[in-house]
Amino acid sequence: MMRLPLFDYRTPRTVAEAAQILDGEGPEAMVIAGGTDLLPNMKRRQQTPRTLVSLRRIEGLSGAHLDHSASQLGSCLTLAEIAEDPRFRNGCSALWQAASMVATPHIRNMATLGGNICLDTRCMFYDQSYEWRQAINFCKKKDGETCWVANSSPRCMAVSSTDTGPALMALGARVILHSARGEREVTLADLYNNDGREYLTRRPDEIVSDIRLGPLHGWRSTYWKLRRRGSFDFPVLSVAAAARFSHDGVVEEARIVVGSAASRPLVAEEAARSLLNRRLEPEVIEEATTLAARLAKPLDNTDFDMSWRKKVTSQFVTYALRELRGDDMRAERTRVMHSQADGVS
Amino acid sequence: MIGHARRRVDARGKVTGQTIYADDISLPRMAYCKLLRSPHPHARIRSIDTSRALAHPGVYLVLTGKDLPIKYGILPVSQDETPLCVDRVRHVGDPVAAVIAREELTAADALELIEVDYEILPTIADPEEALANPEPRIHDYSEEGNIHKRVAFEFGDVDKGFAEADEIFEDTFFFQGNTHLPMEQHASVAVRDREGKLTLYTSTQTPHYLHRALSKVLEMPAGHIRVVATPCGGGFGGKSDPFNHEFVVSKAALMLGRPVKISLTREEVFYCHRGRHPMLMKFRTGVKKDGTITAMHLQNVIDGGAYGSYGVASTFYGGTLQTTTYHIPKYRYQGARFFTNKPPCGPKRGHGTPQPRFGQEVQIDKIAEKLKIDPAELRLRIAVKPNELTANFLQLGTVGLEQCIRRVVAISGWKDKFRKLPEGRGVGLACSCYLTGAGLSIYWNAMPHSGIQLKLDRSGCVTLFAGTTEIGQGSDDVLAAMVAEVLGIKTFDIRVYSGDTDLGPVDLGSYSSRVTLMAGNAAIQAAERAKAMMAEAVADKLEVPKERLRFADSAVFDAAAPEKRVTFVEAICLAEARFGTIGTVGSYTPPKFPAAKYKGGGVGTSPAYTFSATVVEVDVDTATGLVRVAKLWNTHDLGRALNPVLARGQVEGSIYMGLGEALMEEQDYRRLPSRLSHALVHKFPSMLDYKTITSLDMPEIVTEFIEGPDARGPFGAKECGQGPLLPVMPAVANAIYDAVGVRIDEVPMTPEKIVRALAEKKAGRAPRYGPDHFPEMSWGEPLRVPPPWDGGDGRAINEPPRQPKPSREKEKVLTP
Amino acid sequence: MAAKREAPVESQKTARIKMVLNGEAQDVVFAPYKTLLEVLREDLGHTGTKHGCELGECGACAVIMDGKPVLSCLVLAVDCDGREILTVEGMETDGRLHPLQEAFADLGGMQCGYCTPGILLTAKSLLDHNPHPSRAEIREALSGNLCRCTGYLQIFDAVEAAMVEIAKRGETTK
Repeated sequence: MMRLPLFDYRTPRTVAEAAQILDGEGPEAMVIAGGTDLLPNMKRRQQTPRTLVSLRRIEGLSGAHLDHSASQLGSCLTLAEIAEDPRFRNGCSALWQAASMVATPHIRNMATLGGNICLDTRCMFYDQSYEWRQAINFCKKKDGETCWVANSSPRCMAVSSTDTGPALMALGARVILHSARGEREVTLADLYNNDGREYLTRRPDEIVSDIRLGPLHGWRSTYWKLRRRGSFDFPVLSVAAAARFSHDGVVEEARIVVGSAASRPLVAEEAARSLLNRRLEPEVIEEATTLAARLAKPLDNTDFDMSWRKKVTSQFVTYALRELRGDDMRAERTRVMHSQADGVS
Repeated sequence: MIGHARRRVDARGKVTGQTIYADDISLPRMAYCKLLRSPHPHARIRSIDTSRALAHPGVYLVLTGKDLPIKYGILPVSQDETPLCVDRVRHVGDPVAAVIAREELTAADALELIEVDYEILPTIADPEEALANPEPRIHDYSEEGNIHKRVAFEFGDVDKGFAEADEIFEDTFFFQGNTHLPMEQHASVAVRDREGKLTLYTSTQTPHYLHRALSKVLEMPAGHIRVVATPCGGGFGGKSDPFNHEFVVSKAALMLGRPVKISLTREEVFYCHRGRHPMLMKFRTGVKKDGTITAMHLQNVIDGGAYGSYGVASTFYGGTLQTTTYHIPKYRYQGARFFTNKPPCGPKRGHGTPQPRFGQEVQIDKIAEKLKIDPAELRLRIAVKPNELTANFLQLGTVGLEQCIRRVVAISGWKDKFRKLPEGRGVGLACSCYLTGAGLSIYWNAMPHSGIQLKLDRSGCVTLFAGTTEIGQGSDDVLAAMVAEVLGIKTFDIRVYSGDTDLGPVDLGSYSSRVTLMAGNAAIQAAERAKAMMAEAVADKLEVPKERLRFADSAVFDAAAPEKRVTFVEAICLAEARFGTIGTVGSYTPPKFPAAKYKGGGVGTSPAYTFSATVVEVDVDTATGLVRVAKLWNTHDLGRALNPVLARGQVEGSIYMGLGEALMEEQDYRRLPSRLSHALVHKFPSMLDYKTITSLDMPEIVTEFIEGPDARGPFGAKECGQGPLLPVMPAVANAIYDAVGVRIDEVPMTPEKIVRALAEKKAGRAPRYGPDHFPEMSWGEPLRVPPPWDGGDGRAINEPPRQPKPSREKEKVLTP
Repeated sequence: MAAKREAPVESQKTARIKMVLNGEAQDVVFAPYKTLLEVLREDLGHTGTKHGCELGECGACAVIMDGKPVLSCLVLAVDCDGREILTVEGMETDGRLHPLQEAFADLGGMQCGYCTPGILLTAKSLLDHNPHPSRAEIREALSGNLCRCTGYLQIFDAVEAAMVEIAKRGETTK
């Protein structure tokens, strides 16, 4: 049986107390919430924190205040709580869809929104046991020198594999970070770094406490996820798209985010801009698709062939934009995602 | 009883969590074992320093290859494994040392304190590399260089057959390797018992073969070793070899005098492997305009991995059963298994046959299209007939293939769908034949393949002792049901003890779909013998002729006057009074197969053959190549369904596994750039990344049994747990072609491959994805055996004189 | 060689929690690095909960915690203080099998039985929250439980049969 390494376990009751512990313990300490990402990594000795600071006993991190003008989600909301809450279906369906498609029902009961946002980047050369990694003499992400995905790469190419990250970025989310030194708020986009190893701008002593969303009124959003099976699998490509439409279907604001195609979710700014002040006619979608898909440069470190993943990117952008426009995409969803999740709302 | 849906005897234990699997066993003073495995794919061990590990607090013992130097292997011809590598490691994951400690975590930590000095050797990743690099040899005993084993047969003048053909089809196929992935990871607990003997509780499908291997390696009389095969949490062939860890914990328990447990991690299970061999196959088939096959030539390049395992048998099976589905008058088979620096391949559900069956069934689809014959109609024309003696002298018995095809065509709506569905949707058909128990044992002997003992006493309890292993297939239930049927009692009145070499008679194991037929016939014989004793005693008491007695409803009564009766318990008492303690035995030895007299002719023989036909309907997304299986229909000729609930489960489980192989499962390896690393690692030894079908990916299945009792089967039954897997992969390939017009001549059929084939089609090239070359190699002179219709008598005309039996290394039998 | 793990330390049984296991309050003492899975199987002798990967990739170790199915291999035992855990050993009530257990036994819902405890508990949680799930909802609820034997279809049948039986029992008690 795989066993955890030894660790100290701390259960602060407040965010401030947690921040104090992190401050005192230094980078040897890690925050744990649902544990579904960290504990397997610890069993494989990818991460061996000396101290675990649990957020599970902190009250007030599991709330969801949804409002059309401004919303605030606690980082310890479980993904199941989001997937099961009908309020998320309106206005932020991309988040709802993303949360519903993470891993498995059991994991969604345990995993938290904050944990999924901060999910460790993934790579076929890294998500392996200590013994396996020893057989390749380790890699740039942990303990080694070479990135086996791109041998000459100066940085680690591990892949951002969060589902909710791209969805929340499309929704324009901001996050609140707490530390002993105080509180700061950054856009979610700014939380991510395009480096597989240093993939977050979060400092080790910071805790993601809340996620904030701006006005949702008039917005439609959707999330498309590529994976081999109907459950379990991390995304090997995802597309989140959101747009605010005028009453006659003209795009007033839009965001497109391509996930799992780099070490961070990629904002397709140019593609989103190309939609502005236009209706989502086929040629408009095609133009945006070309622009968005250009960003994706998948590498050979996830499931599926990389050139195929690249090819599917444009297909998924098209699907997402068509769904935003109001097309009934349920058949495509079932066919390519084995998904039971309904379409956009 | 027989033929009725019924709760299986081990059901309660399994739904309440009471069933004790190997890892559930915990004993006082038990220590834990962890294995240090090689990080190198091929290396010589210069030295091992265990002193620091041994000094680690909580560590009791450290073992290395020197402590267990005697070789073993499942086949007598390939005794090429040691419990811990002695001087060489041959794949990443090959065990080199073991730590036994108070806690598992301690043992794992102490592994890191062992220092092994390795001398790195060049590695071989696949058969083509093995062919190109005869040195260094992975094993010195291989036939030539890194060719482990070659087999070559020619049944009839194949060139003449091709000359008679109107069309000759040549196709190359590749079937990627895949693994069993049983839910239960292997685990074992060894105990030096209170008499000083050894007991090993372990998740194995073959306790008898393990028993023999333990005796050899530990140099202990088998009579002083007890192997208890705990209920397996899934096997599928993956627990049929003796495994390293089983010897290691046994040795440690003997040395320490305390129980020692090992519980493998999932990654380690991938290193045990013994799964489906990757096979690269070239098919050449000659046909007449009406579809009649005139000749077939199959060449098969087989990737064996680092050890022999069942590989020699697999090499035969890579071609032997090609003649059992369709009439092939002339057949040449050349197969070669290669050693490579990867975990060893072995038997997985269908053992060696699914791969060539895939090629054959896809090629038949191509033939049908070219000849403009409906694929179902073509198969009906060339299907084997009952009691046919094949070109390679396999004696078929009952054959339900025609009915299978006709019924699957009817229930699937084939005629309204084939080549008639809209673009992106398609149907495919494929068939298969499989055996019900191998006709030969793994080691040569004249003893029974299965034995059953029954004990009946005045309590009314019938105790059934069997050497079989309950691996989930329902063997305990099937055996109990047959005894209950003969004695007219309920299965609840029978207690089954199985898989224990101390308690039960020898059974060769739960593999090759042999248990229902072989152990079943033994159980019926034992029950009939008990029944005869009871009948005699009851006849005296009731003063009726014993021939008139009936055993039913837990009573024995006069068929002519049912009120004249005794209860079943009274009947036992009468028999016990008359004959003394009641115990009976039954045994089963497969019938002799006199037809095939040539060397190697024993492989593929079986008491009974089963037949399957499958239609699959798929949706293919032309933009992405993603495939969704919409529905699947299967008909299976199983002789008789003893318990339809179990039989359906076996069929559906086979289909599920076949779909996984068709669409996603692959045991694949990765090399790194050679200038930077010599690594050759399993790409994804985890349940997350080794993809298997989930509840959301599983289509609805319609299953129909084709029943026609086979005289050799117990109550007419034949196998149903392997055969239905075989047609699934080719049926999916044929359905993809019907849907989008591209041929995927490779398993698994992933969306990437479909997209590439679609691109080829769009570019006006051959609409196909598959291997585009086949290695040149010397196959050796084939054994020439004229088929029956050419006046052959089952002998080869060019067979070199055989050495006197047993030709293999003389076995040392230790007597207690 | 690159980074070795930190020097091994002998683990010690020091953690102590109170939890309710299958309806009974328990004081549990264990080595604090252990997951709920290990504590159930090794410290409490409840071996009905199985494990197939210990990494959250198979569902074999599923138990019900505070009413929801979770993976015991990814729950720290130290985090179970005050929680209610239901394992397969607790499904029987008053000597009577749960309708799911009956249906799985009768309808081929298990073969080797190794994924069965996790599936039974996951299905129980589904039926507790949604007494009349569609087949699609059953598929979705069980999508975190791998089974290598059955092909799932007999499992779906068994859940549906149990659903009918539970409804029937509910009728008679009303």
